[in-house]
Amino acid sequence: MSKVVIVDDEMLARSIVKEYLEKHPQLELAAECGDGFEGVKAIQQYQPDLIFLDIQMPKINGFEMLELIEQPPAVIFTTAFDEYAIKAFEAHAIDYLLKPFDQERFDKAVAKWMDQKPSAIEKTTQELLETASHSPSQSQRVVVKNGSKIKIIPARDIFYLEAADDFVKIHTQEGYFLKNKTMSHFEQTLDEQQFVRSHRSYIINIQQITRIDPYEKDGHVAVLRTGAKVPVSRSGYGKLKAILGI
Amino acid sequence: MSNSPLSATRFRLTFGISWLVLMADHAMVLHYFDLPWQEAVIDSCISNGILLLFCLLIMNTLRYYLPQKEQLINIFAWCVTFSIVWLLLTKWLLKLSLGYHPGYTDLLSHSGSIRFSIAFLLLGCVTMISVLWQTWIMQKEDQVRKADAEKLAKEAELFKLRQQLQPHFLFNSLNSINALIGSRPAEARKMVQQLSDFLRGTLKKEETQWVTLQEELQYLQLYLEIEKVRFGNRLATVTETNEEVKQMKLPALLLQPVVENAIKFGLYDTTGETVIHIHTHKEGNELMVKVSNPFDPETSAPKQGTGFGLKSVQRRLYLLFGRSDLLATEAKENIFTTIVKIPQHEQSSDR
Repeated sequence: MSKVVIVDDEMLARSIVKEYLEKHPQLELAAECGDGFEGVKAIQQYQPDLIFLDIQMPKINGFEMLELIEQPPAVIFTTAFDEYAIKAFEAHAIDYLLKPFDQERFDKAVAKWMDQKPSAIEKTTQELLETASHSPSQSQRVVVKNGSKIKIIPARDIFYLEAADDFVKIHTQEGYFLKNKTMSHFEQTLDEQQFVRSHRSYIINIQQITRIDPYEKDGHVAVLRTGAKVPVSRSGYGKLKAILGI
Repeated sequence: MSNSPLSATRFRLTFGISWLVLMADHAMVLHYFDLPWQEAVIDSCISNGILLLFCLLIMNTLRYYLPQKEQLINIFAWCVTFSIVWLLLTKWLLKLSLGYHPGYTDLLSHSGSIRFSIAFLLLGCVTMISVLWQTWIMQKEDQVRKADAEKLAKEAELFKLRQQLQPHFLFNSLNSINALIGSRPAEARKMVQQLSDFLRGTLKKEETQWVTLQEELQYLQLYLEIEKVRFGNRLATVTETNEEVKQMKLPALLLQPVVENAIKFGLYDTTGETVIHIHTHKEGNELMVKVSNPFDPETSAPKQGTGFGLKSVQRRLYLLFGRSDLLATEAKENIFTTIVKIPQHEQSSDR
Protein backbone atom coordinates (compact mmCIF):
# COMPACT_ATOMS: atom_id res chain seq x y z
CA MET A 1 0.00 0.00 0.00
CA SER A 2 1.23 3.48 -0.84
CA LYS A 3 -0.09 6.58 0.83
CA VAL A 4 -1.33 9.54 -1.18
CA VAL A 5 -2.10 13.15 -0.27
CA ILE A 6 -4.03 15.57 -2.49
CA VAL A 7 -3.36 19.30 -2.17
CA ASP A 8 -5.63 21.57 -4.20
CA ASP A 9 -7.68 24.59 -3.20
CA GLU A 10 -10.69 23.67 -5.32
CA MET A 11 -12.95 21.04 -3.87
CA LEU A 12 -14.09 19.77 -7.26
CA ALA A 13 -10.50 19.45 -8.43
CA ARG A 14 -9.76 17.28 -5.41
CA SER A 15 -12.87 15.21 -5.98
CA ILE A 16 -11.88 14.30 -9.54
CA VAL A 17 -8.48 13.07 -8.35
CA LYS A 18 -10.26 11.05 -5.64
CA GLU A 19 -12.56 9.58 -8.23
CA TYR A 20 -9.68 8.53 -10.47
CA LEU A 21 -7.83 7.08 -7.49
CA GLU A 22 -10.62 4.55 -6.95
CA LYS A 23 -9.21 2.55 -9.84
CA HIS A 24 -5.94 2.15 -8.01
CA PRO A 25 -6.61 0.07 -4.90
CA GLN A 26 -2.90 -0.04 -4.11
CA LEU A 27 -3.03 3.72 -3.45
CA GLU A 28 -4.58 4.80 -0.20
CA LEU A 29 -5.78 8.35 0.23
CA ALA A 30 -4.32 9.58 3.51
CA ALA A 31 -5.51 13.20 3.40
CA GLU A 32 -6.85 15.95 1.18
CA CYS A 33 -5.84 19.54 1.81
CA GLY A 34 -7.23 22.90 0.66
CA ASP A 35 -4.03 24.90 0.96
CA GLY A 36 -0.29 24.65 1.41
CA PHE A 37 -0.36 25.02 5.19
CA GLU A 38 -2.62 22.02 5.59
CA GLY A 39 -0.46 20.29 3.00
CA VAL A 40 2.73 20.71 5.01
CA LYS A 41 1.00 19.43 8.13
CA ALA A 42 -0.55 16.43 6.43
CA ILE A 43 2.66 15.46 4.68
CA GLN A 44 4.57 15.54 7.95
CA GLN A 45 1.89 13.58 9.70
CA TYR A 46 1.28 10.86 7.13
CA GLN A 47 4.64 10.71 5.30
CA PRO A 48 2.93 9.90 1.99
CA ASP A 49 4.69 8.25 -0.93
CA LEU A 50 3.04 10.40 -3.53
CA ILE A 51 1.28 13.78 -3.57
CA PHE A 52 -0.98 15.32 -6.15
CA LEU A 53 -0.23 19.01 -5.95
CA ASP A 54 -1.78 22.12 -7.48
CA ILE A 55 0.45 25.15 -8.06
CA GLN A 56 -1.80 28.15 -7.61
CA MET A 57 -3.14 28.08 -4.09
CA PRO A 58 -3.90 30.57 -1.33
CA LYS A 59 -1.00 32.12 0.57
CA ILE A 60 1.75 29.83 -0.55
CA ASN A 61 1.94 28.10 -3.90
CA GLY A 62 2.73 24.46 -4.52
CA PHE A 63 6.42 25.02 -5.05
CA GLU A 64 6.78 27.03 -1.88
CA MET A 65 4.98 24.32 0.01
CA LEU A 66 7.44 21.71 -1.25
CA GLU A 67 10.37 23.86 -0.17
CA LEU A 68 9.13 23.64 3.40
CA ILE A 69 9.23 19.87 3.46
CA GLU A 70 12.55 18.36 4.36
CA GLN A 71 12.39 15.31 2.16
CA PRO A 72 9.63 15.92 -0.33
CA PRO A 73 7.90 12.78 -1.59
CA ALA A 74 7.23 12.11 -5.23
CA VAL A 75 4.99 14.76 -6.74
CA ILE A 76 2.57 14.70 -9.61
CA PHE A 77 1.47 18.25 -10.34
CA THR A 78 -2.07 19.04 -11.34
CA THR A 79 -2.46 22.50 -12.76
CA ALA A 80 -4.52 24.39 -15.28
CA PHE A 81 -2.17 26.84 -16.85
CA ASP A 82 0.92 28.52 -15.62
CA GLU A 83 3.54 29.22 -18.22
CA TYR A 84 6.31 29.27 -15.72
CA ALA A 85 5.33 26.09 -13.98
CA ILE A 86 4.95 24.25 -17.25
CA LYS A 87 8.47 25.25 -18.20
CA ALA A 88 9.69 23.88 -14.89
CA PHE A 89 7.81 20.62 -15.36
CA GLU A 90 9.04 20.05 -18.86
CA ALA A 91 12.55 20.16 -17.60
CA HIS A 92 12.27 18.13 -14.42
CA ALA A 93 8.91 16.81 -13.23
CA ILE A 94 8.07 13.17 -12.85
CA ASP A 95 4.82 14.02 -14.48
CA TYR A 96 2.26 16.76 -14.53
CA LEU A 97 -1.42 16.65 -15.31
CA LEU A 98 -2.88 19.59 -17.15
CA LYS A 99 -6.46 20.23 -16.06
CA PRO A 100 -8.82 18.95 -17.20
CA PHE A 101 -7.43 15.44 -17.54
CA ASP A 102 -9.11 12.05 -17.93
CA GLN A 103 -8.72 8.69 -16.21
CA GLU A 104 -6.41 7.39 -18.89
CA ARG A 105 -3.97 10.26 -18.55
CA PHE A 106 -4.15 9.94 -14.79
CA ASP A 107 -3.36 6.22 -14.93
CA LYS A 108 -0.37 6.93 -17.13
CA ALA A 109 1.04 9.41 -14.61
CA VAL A 110 0.62 6.90 -11.79
CA ALA A 111 2.31 4.18 -13.87
CA LYS A 112 5.17 6.56 -14.61
CA TRP A 113 5.61 7.21 -10.93
CA MET A 114 5.69 3.50 -10.11
CA ASP A 115 8.43 2.96 -12.69
CA GLN A 116 10.69 5.60 -11.17
CA LYS A 117 13.42 4.73 -8.72
CA PRO A 118 13.13 6.53 -5.38
CA SER A 119 16.59 8.09 -5.76
CA ALA A 120 15.71 9.52 -9.15
CA ILE A 121 12.53 11.01 -7.72
CA GLU A 122 14.35 12.95 -5.05
CA LYS A 123 16.74 14.40 -7.60
CA THR A 124 14.05 15.48 -10.05
CA THR A 125 12.05 17.14 -7.28
CA GLN A 126 15.07 19.15 -6.16
CA GLU A 127 15.84 20.27 -9.70
CA LEU A 128 12.25 21.16 -10.25
CA LEU A 129 12.20 23.38 -7.18
CA GLU A 130 15.35 25.10 -8.29
CA THR A 131 13.85 25.92 -11.69
CA ALA A 132 10.50 26.93 -10.25
CA SER A 133 12.07 29.27 -7.71
CA HIS A 134 12.95 31.61 -10.54
CA SER A 135 9.30 32.35 -11.19
CA PRO A 136 8.33 35.99 -10.69
CA SER A 137 6.12 35.35 -7.64
CA GLN A 138 8.98 33.79 -5.72
CA SER A 139 11.29 36.76 -6.14
CA GLN A 140 8.84 38.85 -4.13
CA ARG A 141 8.87 36.80 -0.95
CA VAL A 142 10.54 34.02 0.95
CA VAL A 143 8.63 31.32 2.75
CA VAL A 144 10.26 29.83 5.83
CA LYS A 145 9.33 27.42 8.56
CA ASN A 146 9.63 28.72 12.06
CA GLY A 147 9.14 25.76 14.32
CA SER A 148 5.76 24.43 13.35
CA LYS A 149 4.63 27.82 11.97
CA ILE A 150 4.97 28.91 8.40
CA LYS A 151 6.16 32.44 7.84
CA ILE A 152 5.91 34.40 4.62
CA ILE A 153 8.50 37.15 4.46
CA PRO A 154 7.90 39.79 1.81
CA ALA A 155 11.21 40.63 0.12
CA ARG A 156 10.97 44.28 1.18
CA ASP A 157 10.98 43.22 4.85
CA ILE A 158 14.32 41.46 4.58
CA PHE A 159 17.23 43.53 5.98
CA TYR A 160 20.03 41.30 4.84
CA LEU A 161 20.99 37.65 4.38
CA GLU A 162 23.91 35.93 5.95
CA ALA A 163 25.51 32.59 5.13
CA ALA A 164 25.58 30.13 8.02
CA ASP A 165 26.94 26.69 7.13
CA ASP A 166 24.27 24.83 5.17
CA PHE A 167 21.69 27.51 5.91
CA VAL A 168 21.07 31.12 5.16
CA LYS A 169 20.04 33.47 7.97
CA ILE A 170 17.34 35.85 6.84
CA HIS A 171 17.50 38.93 9.04
CA THR A 172 14.25 40.83 9.54
CA GLN A 173 12.50 43.09 12.04
CA GLU A 174 11.47 40.02 14.01
CA GLY A 175 14.93 38.54 14.24
CA TYR A 176 16.35 36.01 11.83
CA PHE A 177 14.91 32.94 10.12
CA LEU A 178 16.84 30.03 8.72
CA LYS A 179 16.34 28.55 5.30
CA ASN A 180 18.06 25.52 3.91
CA LYS A 181 19.33 27.13 0.70
CA THR A 182 22.56 28.49 -0.68
CA MET A 183 23.59 32.14 -0.98
CA SER A 184 23.77 31.88 -4.75
CA HIS A 185 20.19 30.61 -4.74
CA PHE A 186 19.04 33.86 -3.14
CA GLU A 187 21.37 35.92 -5.26
CA GLN A 188 19.70 34.50 -8.34
CA THR A 189 16.08 34.56 -7.21
CA LEU A 190 15.74 37.86 -5.36
CA ASP A 191 15.32 41.05 -7.35
CA GLU A 192 18.82 42.11 -8.32
CA GLN A 193 17.84 45.77 -8.34
CA GLN A 194 17.06 45.52 -4.63
CA PHE A 195 19.42 42.87 -3.30
CA VAL A 196 23.16 43.04 -3.76
CA ARG A 197 25.69 40.43 -2.77
CA SER A 198 28.07 42.68 -0.92
CA HIS A 199 30.28 39.91 0.31
CA ARG A 200 30.78 36.16 -0.16
CA SER A 201 28.61 35.59 2.91
CA TYR A 202 26.24 38.56 2.74
CA ILE A 203 23.40 39.89 0.59
CA ILE A 204 22.04 43.34 1.47
CA ASN A 205 18.67 44.92 0.80
CA ILE A 206 19.85 48.26 -0.55
CA GLN A 207 16.71 50.01 0.76
CA GLN A 208 18.09 49.44 4.24
CA ILE A 209 21.50 51.00 3.77
CA THR A 210 22.02 54.38 5.46
CA ARG A 211 25.74 54.75 4.76
CA ILE A 212 28.86 52.89 3.72
CA ASP A 213 31.95 53.40 5.88
CA PRO A 214 35.55 52.46 5.14
CA TYR A 215 36.75 49.58 7.26
CA GLU A 216 40.29 48.45 7.90
CA LYS A 217 42.63 48.49 4.91
CA ASP A 218 40.59 48.33 1.76
CA GLY A 219 37.30 46.98 2.99
CA HIS A 220 34.00 48.69 3.76
CA VAL A 221 30.98 48.12 5.96
CA ALA A 222 27.41 49.03 5.12
CA VAL A 223 25.50 50.52 8.03
CA LEU A 224 21.82 49.64 7.94
CA ARG A 225 18.88 51.55 9.36
CA THR A 226 18.78 49.19 12.29
CA GLY A 227 22.41 50.02 13.05
CA ALA A 228 23.58 46.59 11.94
CA LYS A 229 26.94 46.58 10.16
CA VAL A 230 27.32 44.32 7.15
CA PRO A 231 30.75 43.57 5.63
CA VAL A 232 31.37 44.76 2.09
CA SER A 233 34.18 43.21 0.06
CA ARG A 234 36.08 45.06 -2.61
CA SER A 235 34.05 43.61 -5.48
CA GLY A 236 30.90 44.03 -3.39
CA TYR A 237 31.72 47.70 -2.98
CA GLY A 238 31.96 48.04 -6.75
CA LYS A 239 28.54 46.42 -7.19
CA LEU A 240 26.98 48.64 -4.54
CA LYS A 241 28.47 51.76 -6.07
CA ALA A 242 27.10 50.82 -9.49
CA ILE A 243 23.58 50.14 -8.22
CA LEU A 244 23.38 53.10 -5.85
CA GLY A 245 24.85 55.39 -8.49
CA ILE A 246 27.70 56.78 -6.37
CA MET B 1 -6.99 67.21 -52.18
CA SER B 2 -5.34 68.85 -55.15
CA ASN B 3 -2.03 67.74 -56.54
CA SER B 4 -1.07 71.12 -57.87
CA PRO B 5 -2.09 74.64 -56.92
CA LEU B 6 -3.47 74.90 -60.46
CA SER B 7 -6.13 72.30 -59.86
CA ALA B 8 -7.73 74.29 -57.07
CA THR B 9 -10.39 76.42 -58.75
CA ARG B 10 -9.98 79.44 -56.55
CA PHE B 11 -6.26 79.46 -57.01
CA ARG B 12 -6.61 79.05 -60.77
CA LEU B 13 -8.95 82.02 -60.92
CA THR B 14 -6.64 84.25 -58.88
CA PHE B 15 -3.70 83.09 -60.91
CA GLY B 16 -5.46 83.89 -64.21
CA ILE B 17 -6.60 87.34 -63.08
CA SER B 18 -3.13 88.19 -61.78
CA TRP B 19 -1.69 87.20 -65.09
CA LEU B 20 -4.14 89.43 -66.99
CA VAL B 21 -3.31 92.35 -64.68
CA LEU B 22 0.37 91.72 -65.29
CA MET B 23 -0.15 91.72 -69.06
CA ALA B 24 -2.19 94.89 -68.92
CA ASP B 25 0.44 96.62 -66.78
CA HIS B 26 3.16 95.51 -69.15
CA ALA B 27 1.32 96.96 -72.15
CA MET B 28 0.49 100.22 -70.32
CA VAL B 29 4.09 100.78 -69.29
CA LEU B 30 5.26 100.26 -72.88
CA HIS B 31 2.58 102.61 -74.12
CA TYR B 32 3.75 105.15 -71.56
CA PHE B 33 7.16 104.96 -73.21
CA ASP B 34 5.58 106.05 -76.54
CA LEU B 35 4.95 102.63 -78.08
CA PRO B 36 1.62 102.50 -79.90
CA TRP B 37 -1.11 100.36 -78.26
CA GLN B 38 -0.97 97.61 -80.89
CA GLU B 39 2.75 96.98 -80.58
CA ALA B 40 2.62 97.31 -76.78
CA VAL B 41 -0.09 94.62 -76.56
CA ILE B 42 1.75 92.28 -78.93
CA ASP B 43 4.96 92.71 -76.89
CA SER B 44 3.06 92.01 -73.67
CA CYS B 45 1.33 88.93 -75.10
CA ILE B 46 4.54 87.38 -76.41
CA SER B 47 6.66 88.11 -73.31
CA ASN B 48 4.08 87.11 -70.73
CA GLY B 49 2.73 84.22 -72.74
CA ILE B 50 6.14 82.58 -72.82
CA LEU B 51 6.67 83.44 -69.16
CA LEU B 52 3.35 81.76 -68.36
CA LEU B 53 4.49 78.62 -70.16
CA PHE B 54 7.68 78.61 -68.11
CA CYS B 55 5.72 79.03 -64.86
CA LEU B 56 3.41 76.12 -65.74
CA LEU B 57 6.43 74.04 -66.61
CA ILE B 58 7.97 74.73 -63.19
CA MET B 59 4.76 74.05 -61.29
CA ASN B 60 4.19 70.80 -63.11
CA THR B 61 7.75 69.65 -62.55
CA LEU B 62 7.51 70.34 -58.83
CA ARG B 63 4.47 68.11 -58.62
CA TYR B 64 6.68 65.13 -59.25
CA TYR B 65 9.97 66.30 -57.97
CA LEU B 66 10.16 68.15 -54.70
CA PRO B 67 13.66 69.40 -53.87
CA GLN B 68 15.09 68.63 -50.45
CA LYS B 69 15.94 71.47 -48.10
CA GLU B 70 19.60 71.45 -49.03
CA GLN B 71 18.75 71.67 -52.72
CA LEU B 72 16.97 75.01 -52.45
CA ILE B 73 20.05 76.68 -53.89
CA ASN B 74 19.44 74.63 -57.05
CA ILE B 75 16.03 76.21 -57.34
CA PHE B 76 17.61 79.61 -57.28
CA ALA B 77 20.00 78.54 -60.07
CA TRP B 78 17.07 77.19 -62.06
CA CYS B 79 15.17 80.44 -61.76
CA VAL B 80 18.19 82.39 -63.05
CA THR B 81 18.66 79.99 -65.93
CA PHE B 82 14.99 80.02 -66.85
CA SER B 83 14.96 83.81 -66.73
CA ILE B 84 17.97 84.08 -69.07
CA VAL B 85 16.53 81.55 -71.50
CA TRP B 86 13.22 83.37 -71.38
CA LEU B 87 14.94 86.72 -72.03
CA LEU B 88 16.86 85.45 -75.07
CA LEU B 89 13.81 83.70 -76.47
CA THR B 90 11.48 86.69 -76.11
CA LYS B 91 14.06 89.10 -77.44
CA TRP B 92 14.47 87.00 -80.55
CA LEU B 93 10.73 86.58 -81.09
CA LEU B 94 9.99 90.23 -80.42
CA LYS B 95 12.69 91.35 -82.86
CA LEU B 96 11.23 89.09 -85.49
CA SER B 97 7.68 90.27 -85.01
CA LEU B 98 8.07 93.94 -84.03
CA GLY B 99 11.51 94.86 -85.47
CA TYR B 100 9.77 96.86 -88.23
CA HIS B 101 8.73 99.58 -85.75
CA PRO B 102 11.21 102.43 -85.61
CA GLY B 103 12.90 102.76 -82.22
CA TYR B 104 11.57 99.41 -80.98
CA THR B 105 14.96 97.70 -81.14
CA ASP B 106 16.37 100.47 -78.96
CA LEU B 107 13.58 100.18 -76.43
CA LEU B 108 14.07 96.42 -76.37
CA SER B 109 17.76 96.56 -75.66
CA HIS B 110 17.29 99.25 -72.99
CA SER B 111 14.57 97.36 -71.16
CA GLY B 112 16.49 94.04 -71.07
CA SER B 113 17.53 94.25 -67.40
CA ILE B 114 14.06 95.28 -66.20
CA ARG B 115 12.43 92.47 -68.16
CA PHE B 116 14.93 90.03 -66.71
CA SER B 117 14.31 91.23 -63.14
CA ILE B 118 10.54 91.01 -63.42
CA ALA B 119 10.72 87.54 -64.99
CA PHE B 120 13.14 86.35 -62.32
CA LEU B 121 10.92 87.66 -59.51
CA LEU B 122 7.83 86.05 -60.98
CA LEU B 123 9.45 82.70 -61.60
CA GLY B 124 10.93 82.82 -58.11
CA CYS B 125 7.53 83.52 -56.52
CA VAL B 126 5.78 80.79 -58.47
CA THR B 127 8.49 78.31 -57.56
CA MET B 128 8.37 79.19 -53.88
CA ILE B 129 4.59 78.94 -53.78
CA SER B 130 4.69 75.58 -55.51
CA VAL B 131 7.31 74.22 -53.16
CA LEU B 132 5.37 75.39 -50.13
CA TRP B 133 2.14 73.97 -51.48
CA GLN B 134 3.65 70.60 -52.26
CA THR B 135 5.35 70.40 -48.89
CA TRP B 136 2.11 71.22 -47.16
CA ILE B 137 0.29 68.52 -49.09
CA MET B 138 2.96 65.99 -48.30
CA GLN B 139 2.76 66.83 -44.64
CA LYS B 140 -0.98 66.48 -44.70
CA GLU B 141 -0.75 63.08 -46.35
CA ASP B 142 1.83 62.11 -43.80
CA GLN B 143 -0.47 63.11 -40.99
CA VAL B 144 -3.33 61.12 -42.42
CA ARG B 145 -1.09 58.10 -42.77
CA LYS B 146 0.16 58.48 -39.22
CA ALA B 147 -3.35 58.88 -37.87
CA ASP B 148 -4.42 55.76 -39.77
CA ALA B 149 -1.51 53.79 -38.44
CA GLU B 150 -2.23 54.94 -34.91
CA LYS B 151 -5.87 54.06 -35.21
CA LEU B 152 -5.01 50.58 -36.45
CA ALA B 153 -2.53 50.07 -33.65
CA LYS B 154 -5.07 51.27 -31.11
CA GLU B 155 -7.74 48.94 -32.40
CA ALA B 156 -5.35 46.03 -32.37
CA GLU B 157 -4.30 46.85 -28.84
CA LEU B 158 -7.85 47.16 -27.60
CA PHE B 159 -8.64 43.85 -29.21
CA LYS B 160 -5.70 42.23 -27.51
CA LEU B 161 -6.55 43.69 -24.12
CA ARG B 162 -10.06 42.40 -24.37
CA GLN B 163 -8.84 38.95 -25.40
CA GLN B 164 -6.78 38.57 -22.28
CA LEU B 165 -9.24 36.18 -20.82
CA GLN B 166 -7.30 34.09 -18.39
CA PRO B 167 -6.69 30.61 -19.77
CA HIS B 168 -6.36 29.63 -16.16
CA PHE B 169 -10.01 30.41 -15.58
CA LEU B 170 -11.12 28.46 -18.62
CA PHE B 171 -9.14 25.32 -17.86
CA ASN B 172 -10.06 25.27 -14.20
CA SER B 173 -13.72 25.68 -15.09
CA LEU B 174 -13.47 22.76 -17.50
CA ASN B 175 -11.84 20.76 -14.76
CA SER B 176 -14.70 21.54 -12.39
CA ILE B 177 -17.19 20.46 -15.03
CA ASN B 178 -15.21 17.27 -15.50
CA ALA B 179 -15.53 16.56 -11.78
CA LEU B 180 -19.24 17.38 -11.72
CA ILE B 181 -20.07 15.09 -14.65
CA GLY B 182 -19.43 12.02 -12.49
CA SER B 183 -21.11 13.10 -9.29
CA ARG B 184 -23.67 15.81 -10.15
CA PRO B 185 -24.46 15.73 -13.90
CA ALA B 186 -27.26 18.31 -13.65
CA GLU B 187 -24.89 20.86 -12.18
CA ALA B 188 -22.28 20.02 -14.77
CA ARG B 189 -24.81 20.76 -17.47
CA LYS B 190 -25.71 24.06 -15.85
CA MET B 191 -22.09 25.06 -15.62
CA VAL B 192 -21.45 24.20 -19.26
CA GLN B 193 -24.33 26.50 -20.10
CA GLN B 194 -22.96 29.32 -17.97
CA LEU B 195 -19.47 28.96 -19.31
CA SER B 196 -20.77 28.98 -22.88
CA ASP B 197 -22.83 32.11 -22.25
CA PHE B 198 -19.85 33.77 -20.71
CA LEU B 199 -17.52 32.89 -23.56
CA ARG B 200 -20.09 33.91 -26.13
CA GLY B 201 -20.29 37.26 -24.39
CA THR B 202 -16.59 37.86 -24.78
CA LEU B 203 -16.70 36.95 -28.45
CA LYS B 204 -19.78 38.92 -29.34
CA LYS B 205 -18.95 42.25 -27.87
CA GLU B 206 -16.73 44.72 -29.58
CA GLU B 207 -14.16 46.65 -27.69
CA THR B 208 -15.70 49.99 -28.51
CA GLN B 209 -19.24 48.94 -27.78
CA TRP B 210 -21.03 50.54 -24.86
CA VAL B 211 -23.50 48.71 -22.67
CA THR B 212 -25.61 49.67 -19.71
CA LEU B 213 -24.34 48.85 -16.25
CA GLN B 214 -27.29 46.50 -15.91
CA GLU B 215 -26.10 44.41 -18.87
CA GLU B 216 -22.54 44.44 -17.61
CA LEU B 217 -23.64 43.32 -14.15
CA GLN B 218 -25.71 40.50 -15.62
CA TYR B 219 -22.70 39.38 -17.55
CA LEU B 220 -20.57 39.65 -14.45
CA GLN B 221 -23.09 37.48 -12.65
CA LEU B 222 -22.42 34.65 -15.09
CA TYR B 223 -18.76 34.90 -14.34
CA LEU B 224 -19.34 34.98 -10.59
CA GLU B 225 -21.62 31.93 -10.73
CA ILE B 226 -18.88 29.95 -12.42
CA GLU B 227 -16.29 31.08 -9.91
CA LYS B 228 -18.61 30.15 -7.07
CA VAL B 229 -18.90 26.62 -8.36
CA ARG B 230 -15.12 26.44 -8.45
CA PHE B 231 -14.43 27.91 -5.05
CA GLY B 232 -17.57 26.83 -3.24
CA ASN B 233 -18.16 28.44 0.14
CA ARG B 234 -14.92 30.33 0.05
CA LEU B 235 -16.29 32.95 -2.31
CA ALA B 236 -19.18 35.31 -1.67
CA THR B 237 -20.14 38.49 -3.48
CA VAL B 238 -22.22 41.52 -2.56
CA THR B 239 -23.41 43.90 -5.27
CA GLU B 240 -24.83 47.32 -4.43
CA THR B 241 -26.52 49.34 -7.13
CA ASN B 242 -29.73 51.25 -7.88
CA GLU B 243 -32.08 51.79 -10.79
CA GLU B 244 -30.63 55.13 -11.86
CA VAL B 245 -27.07 53.88 -11.92
CA LYS B 246 -28.06 50.71 -13.75
CA GLN B 247 -28.98 52.77 -16.79
CA MET B 248 -25.58 54.45 -16.98
CA LYS B 249 -23.24 53.19 -19.63
CA LEU B 250 -19.76 51.80 -19.81
CA PRO B 251 -17.49 50.04 -22.31
CA ALA B 252 -18.41 46.36 -22.59
CA LEU B 253 -16.44 43.83 -20.54
CA LEU B 254 -14.64 46.48 -18.58
CA LEU B 255 -15.53 45.25 -15.12
CA GLN B 256 -14.93 41.53 -15.47
CA PRO B 257 -11.12 41.80 -15.31
CA VAL B 258 -11.41 44.12 -12.30
CA VAL B 259 -13.57 41.61 -10.46
CA GLU B 260 -11.40 38.73 -11.59
CA ASN B 261 -8.41 40.52 -10.14
CA ALA B 262 -10.22 41.09 -6.85
CA ILE B 263 -11.23 37.45 -6.63
CA LYS B 264 -7.75 36.20 -7.31
CA PHE B 265 -6.18 38.62 -4.92
CA GLY B 266 -8.71 37.83 -2.23
CA LEU B 267 -8.75 34.07 -2.65
CA TYR B 268 -5.04 33.59 -3.02
CA ASP B 269 -4.07 35.94 -0.27
CA THR B 270 -6.32 34.63 2.47
CA THR B 271 -7.32 31.14 3.47
CA GLY B 272 -10.76 31.93 4.87
CA GLU B 273 -13.95 33.10 3.20
CA THR B 274 -13.54 35.90 0.71
CA VAL B 275 -16.27 38.48 0.26
CA ILE B 276 -16.04 40.63 -2.84
CA HIS B 277 -17.97 43.91 -2.66
CA ILE B 278 -19.10 45.59 -5.85
CA HIS B 279 -20.45 49.04 -5.20
CA THR B 280 -21.73 51.37 -7.94
CA HIS B 281 -22.87 54.97 -7.73
CA LYS B 282 -23.11 58.17 -9.68
CA GLU B 283 -20.74 60.99 -9.00
CA GLY B 284 -21.20 64.13 -11.05
CA ASN B 285 -21.15 62.99 -14.62
CA GLU B 286 -19.26 59.83 -13.89
CA LEU B 287 -20.19 56.27 -13.11
CA MET B 288 -18.13 55.05 -10.17
CA VAL B 289 -17.55 51.35 -9.61
CA LYS B 290 -15.74 50.20 -6.48
CA VAL B 291 -14.63 46.60 -6.18
CA SER B 292 -13.05 45.52 -2.93
CA ASN B 293 -11.51 42.33 -1.61
CA PRO B 294 -9.81 41.30 1.62
CA PHE B 295 -6.07 40.75 1.67
CA ASP B 296 -3.36 40.11 4.20
CA PRO B 297 -1.28 43.28 4.67
CA GLU B 298 1.34 41.24 6.51
CA THR B 299 2.39 39.15 3.61
CA SER B 300 1.52 40.98 0.44
CA ALA B 301 2.38 44.41 -0.73
CA PRO B 302 -0.28 45.61 -3.12
CA LYS B 303 1.74 47.68 -5.49
CA GLN B 304 0.99 51.34 -5.42
CA GLY B 305 -1.12 52.48 -8.31
CA THR B 306 -1.96 49.31 -10.15
CA GLY B 307 -1.14 45.71 -9.73
CA PHE B 308 -1.93 42.31 -11.15
CA GLY B 309 -4.37 42.30 -14.03
CA LEU B 310 -5.35 45.92 -13.59
CA LYS B 311 -2.74 47.22 -16.00
CA SER B 312 -4.72 46.16 -19.02
CA VAL B 313 -7.86 47.80 -17.63
CA GLN B 314 -6.00 51.03 -17.13
CA ARG B 315 -4.53 50.85 -20.60
CA ARG B 316 -7.96 50.26 -22.06
CA LEU B 317 -9.41 53.24 -20.23
CA TYR B 318 -6.56 55.35 -21.49
CA LEU B 319 -7.10 54.29 -25.09
CA LEU B 320 -10.83 54.92 -24.84
CA PHE B 321 -10.78 58.23 -22.96
CA GLY B 322 -7.24 59.55 -23.23
CA ARG B 323 -7.11 59.82 -19.43
CA SER B 324 -4.95 57.91 -17.02
CA ASP B 325 -6.74 58.93 -13.82
CA LEU B 326 -9.79 56.73 -14.27
CA LEU B 327 -8.51 53.75 -12.36
CA ALA B 328 -7.29 53.97 -8.79
CA THR B 329 -6.56 51.50 -6.04
CA GLU B 330 -6.37 51.85 -2.29
CA ALA B 331 -5.46 49.54 0.53
CA LYS B 332 -7.01 50.23 3.91
CA GLU B 333 -6.29 47.87 6.74
CA ASN B 334 -7.03 44.53 5.18
CA ILE B 335 -9.33 45.68 2.38
CA PHE B 336 -8.06 46.37 -1.09
CA THR B 337 -10.32 48.53 -3.28
CA THR B 338 -10.19 49.21 -6.99
CA ILE B 339 -12.09 52.28 -8.16
CA VAL B 340 -13.06 52.71 -11.79
CA LYS B 341 -14.55 55.96 -13.08
CA ILE B 342 -16.40 56.03 -16.37
CA PRO B 343 -17.20 59.46 -17.83
CA GLN B 344 -20.70 59.58 -19.25
CA HIS B 345 -20.65 62.47 -21.69
CA GLU B 346 -18.39 60.98 -24.35
CA GLN B 347 -20.34 57.96 -25.33
CA SER B 348 -23.22 59.71 -27.07
CA SER B 349 -20.91 61.57 -29.43
CA ASP B 350 -18.70 58.54 -29.85
CA ARG B 351 -21.31 56.07 -30.80
